[in-house]
Amino acid sequence: MNYFKHDFASLHELLVNKELSVTDLTQQTFDNIEKRDQKIGAFLNLNKAAALKQAAQLDQKGVAADNLLSGIPLGIKDNIVTKDLKTTAASKILENFNPIYDATVIEKLNALQTITVGKTNMDEFAMGGSTESSAFKLTKNAWDQTKVPGGSSGGSAAAVASGEVIAALGSDTGGSIRQPAAYNGIVGVKPTYGRVSRYGLIAFASSLDQIGPLTRTVRDNAILLNAISGLDPHDSTSSSHAIPDFTAKLDGNIKGMKIAIPKEYMGEGVDSEVREGIKNAIAVFEKLGATVDEVSLPHSKYGVPVYYIIASSEASSNLQRFDGIRYGHRAADVKNLEDVYVKSRSEGFGDEVKRRIMLGTFSLSAGTYDAFFKKAAQVRTLICRDFANVFNDYDLVLGPTSPTTAFGIGEDINDPITMYMNDILTIPVNLAGLPGMSLPAGFAKGLPIGMQLIANRFDEETMYRAGYAFEQATDFHKEVPTFGGQD
Amino acid sequence: MNFETTIGLEVHIEMKTKSKAFSPAPVKYGVEQNTNTNVVDWGFPGVLPTVNKGALEYGMRAALALNCEITKDIHFDRKNYFYPDNPKAYQITQSQTPIGRNGWLEIEVDGKKKKIGIEEMHVEEDAGKNTHSPDGYSYVDLNRQGTPLIEIVSKPDITSADEAYAYLVRLRQIIQFTGISDVKMEEGSMRADVNVSVRPIGSDKFGTKTEMKNLNSFEHVRKGTHYEAKRQQRVLLSGGKIQQETRRFDEPTGETILMRVKEGASDYRYFPEPDIPPIRISDDWIEEVRASIPEMPDKRREKYVSSWGIPEYDAGVLTQTKEMSDFFEATVAEGADAKLAANWLMGEVNAYMNANKLELLETKLTPENLAGMIKLIEDGTISSKIAKKVFKEIISNGSEPKAWVEAKGLVQLSDPAVLEPLIETVLNNNEKSIEDFKNGKGRAIGFLVGQIMKETHGKANPKIVNKLLMDSLKKR
Amino acid sequence: MAISAGEVKHVAGLAKLAFTDEELQKFTGQMDDIIGMVQQLSEVDTDGIPVTTHITDSTSVMREDIAVSGTSREELMRNVPQHQDGYIKVPAIIDESEEA
Repeated sequence: MNYFKHDFASLHELLVNKELSVTDLTQQTFDNIEKRDQKIGAFLNLNKAAALKQAAQLDQKGVAADNLLSGIPLGIKDNIVTKDLKTTAASKILENFNPIYDATVIEKLNALQTITVGKTNMDEFAMGGSTESSAFKLTKNAWDQTKVPGGSSGGSAAAVASGEVIAALGSDTGGSIRQPAAYNGIVGVKPTYGRVSRYGLIAFASSLDQIGPLTRTVRDNAILLNAISGLDPHDSTSSSHAIPDFTAKLDGNIKGMKIAIPKEYMGEGVDSEVREGIKNAIAVFEKLGATVDEVSLPHSKYGVPVYYIIASSEASSNLQRFDGIRYGHRAADVKNLEDVYVKSRSEGFGDEVKRRIMLGTFSLSAGTYDAFFKKAAQVRTLICRDFANVFNDYDLVLGPTSPTTAFGIGEDINDPITMYMNDILTIPVNLAGLPGMSLPAGFAKGLPIGMQLIANRFDEETMYRAGYAFEQATDFHKEVPTFGGQD
Repeated sequence: MNFETTIGLEVHIEMKTKSKAFSPAPVKYGVEQNTNTNVVDWGFPGVLPTVNKGALEYGMRAALALNCEITKDIHFDRKNYFYPDNPKAYQITQSQTPIGRNGWLEIEVDGKKKKIGIEEMHVEEDAGKNTHSPDGYSYVDLNRQGTPLIEIVSKPDITSADEAYAYLVRLRQIIQFTGISDVKMEEGSMRADVNVSVRPIGSDKFGTKTEMKNLNSFEHVRKGTHYEAKRQQRVLLSGGKIQQETRRFDEPTGETILMRVKEGASDYRYFPEPDIPPIRISDDWIEEVRASIPEMPDKRREKYVSSWGIPEYDAGVLTQTKEMSDFFEATVAEGADAKLAANWLMGEVNAYMNANKLELLETKLTPENLAGMIKLIEDGTISSKIAKKVFKEIISNGSEPKAWVEAKGLVQLSDPAVLEPLIETVLNNNEKSIEDFKNGKGRAIGFLVGQIMKETHGKANPKIVNKLLMDSLKKR
Repeated sequence: MAISAGEVKHVAGLAKLAFTDEELQKFTGQMDDIIGMVQQLSEVDTDGIPVTTHITDSTSVMREDIAVSGTSREELMRNVPQHQDGYIKVPAIIDESEEA
């Protein structure tokens, strides 16, 4: 199946008209993965037997004409728990973990009859921006296999960008959907905090995590977000906010839309080619009838330290449950309880995870709490206020997704701070709980440039509308990595 | 040198909600290990807590009953520590915004009343149970994990072992009347940690305190506290220093024994629980909860004395437990005379409970049946002698008294038309006694009544027999 | 503010992690860099600024007190490394050999 030539709607038509069976589509998806994943390394674990069985059952029942996602194979990031399907969060500590329940998003997708083809690679516990901290394998960028796919949802992004699957779910705590989407030239959305249930998402940072879709088109993205959104009684932080049809306003008309460009997002830290790409994109929006102004988000420069304190603090607590007692890795040579804890955790977690647990534990300690955790939580308030001020006057904030295009494998892995600074443009969105999208906005030396659109809370509709208008006015999304149709 | 003692009590009480504090798994006791738990209790990857509204309401009930101010804007916090019975390695608690603050209760020691302040009280989750085995392993049962607790922290107002004892008795009584817990120390639904320190009288600084954890009876608290205060005084008098330490009360010797010295404060890394949005407690909600609190023991006692004519002491006994007080009130509501009901409950009922080691509600006695029996006595249907038989039946077999009395033919003979011929026969057969009576021998009456009772198998109403007998004798 | 290897070791103890001396050196250096970055925050005036610890628009989310029977013990035990008679089994707190 050549996913570069299809979207949900065209696949649905083939399935409904029985020009293609769900079994064939599923089998062809596994064929795609078999052919390409040697090079890409997007998947950690495939669900072949169960997926094909489910496909056969669907073929018997027939795909319902009013259910666009029925029979569509999807990739799922490996930090979203799937009943009876191994889920590791790319960590040795969960190497053989078999969940006994489904995440709420999986229940929703199951009800819509999508087919989970497998679990995608990621940075261990979603901590990282290159998928290099996975305990199990490297994932390569779909456009250049010497480059990282970004992270932490690098597997999901690379799987979609290389045409292995048509869409995948990821999770975004500080940019983990948008940055890999940018690096791989696809569309990735982090929804408003609370839009999608976190129940069954292996928690990294509870006040920042959101699950979201990675797709090749804006419309598909909107469709998939509609499928997974909604209030969940299992997640008290999920929202009862009304869920519009995110595809309803995809009409290409953005006349009069007011777009803000934060000057902090176009500064020196941003690669000149990326900046150039974004400037060209801005010109497109102006041509489409939007008004574009420069604004300031004065506290966004503190986003990275605020994020690393808050995310690491929450993570240090969230990851304490991995103690070798009820599930996951238990060290072999243990004499007493302390051994169980210390050896299991020291063997089970990788360096990046340990670094963040350490920083978080330190930030929450009695002597440092005020200067670290509390201070960060206060500056977070200022970052939220910056955005609120801008959204008083504007519909959308626009900038690059990442300061650079995809960097080389092995380049930054040993330098945590440089790695952390990659997230400088995506982090503030998580801190403020806003929806953000990355979509293709050009190329620099053959690598995709990602443009970020940020909307007000629960205004994904405006973000999709603008993204769609831009997509229709440009051809970047039609560019295909070397895999396109020539396996 | 003279010393004064300062005692602080931290009391944990398990609340008997239907479901757990942060998961919908049932709160149940005495079931097989790990059968009342779910993925949330186990802290499975990806699970999230959901707040049980009932647990907060129970917490508010306790706070209101203890005269606390309710904190209107609350959130939960995480207390981080590793232990096998603590699956998430954090306990969800309230460290920054306890549900209640600045409360008090009143105790009475040696006839003197004293208010003891309550610093704060908060809602949190209980841990599971970790049982150490001599085989070098611990065995973990998570059934108790997530059971809602309320922790009540006293102000440093308690200054003697007797006051500590009185505080616990009073606290248990009040909590029991709120209906949120069984408050049974022996079953672990009430657990007390005690801090003790001493200082020279007049000193404005508290002494270093030692802690005794999880004491399992009020008596141990009293003895342990008494011993510990004396021990600390001896140490100080001999020029020693008190160190911050955890001690254990040793029952056989009545002494406290060092368990471990505390090196600095534990670092629990408290921070606001991000998985639970803040909660606003509205005035309406507070009033709703206030209205749901059963009448407190003091109010009930006052009512018994002033409206129902019960002696002060008896009123105190009847309000010691909510079960007894509720039972008493229900019996009166069923139409029993309050004084008679009180006498039966404090006398025969209590004796039966003690003899059979049963709680009131474990007997077959119901307020309806007790009231029914009392009414039968009052209207002369049964004698007080027969009543003892009836009582035994209704408390051990739960029979309905009137029906049982009728079925067993125990109804008292009060009809003169039936009794008079009987009396005539007895008199005719006992001419000697009539003579004795006429000669002023009072004893003869007793003999004659006895003969009549014999003829009626004890069922004749003695009052009526007496009256009819006198009338007949006078006629002869 | 610099962090010492001793402090890093203390934090590792709280987090139940152990490091070799070499790792400890590396982590101390990296922690120090990270803490240095975090120090930027001290230049922000946050007097009277409230904390943001929750970002959801939901508040006062509670569930009615209704019990739902738990997960089957067999299911729950599926991933447990060591269990016996329906209990989760863990080596005891004190090493026996230390006790003796």
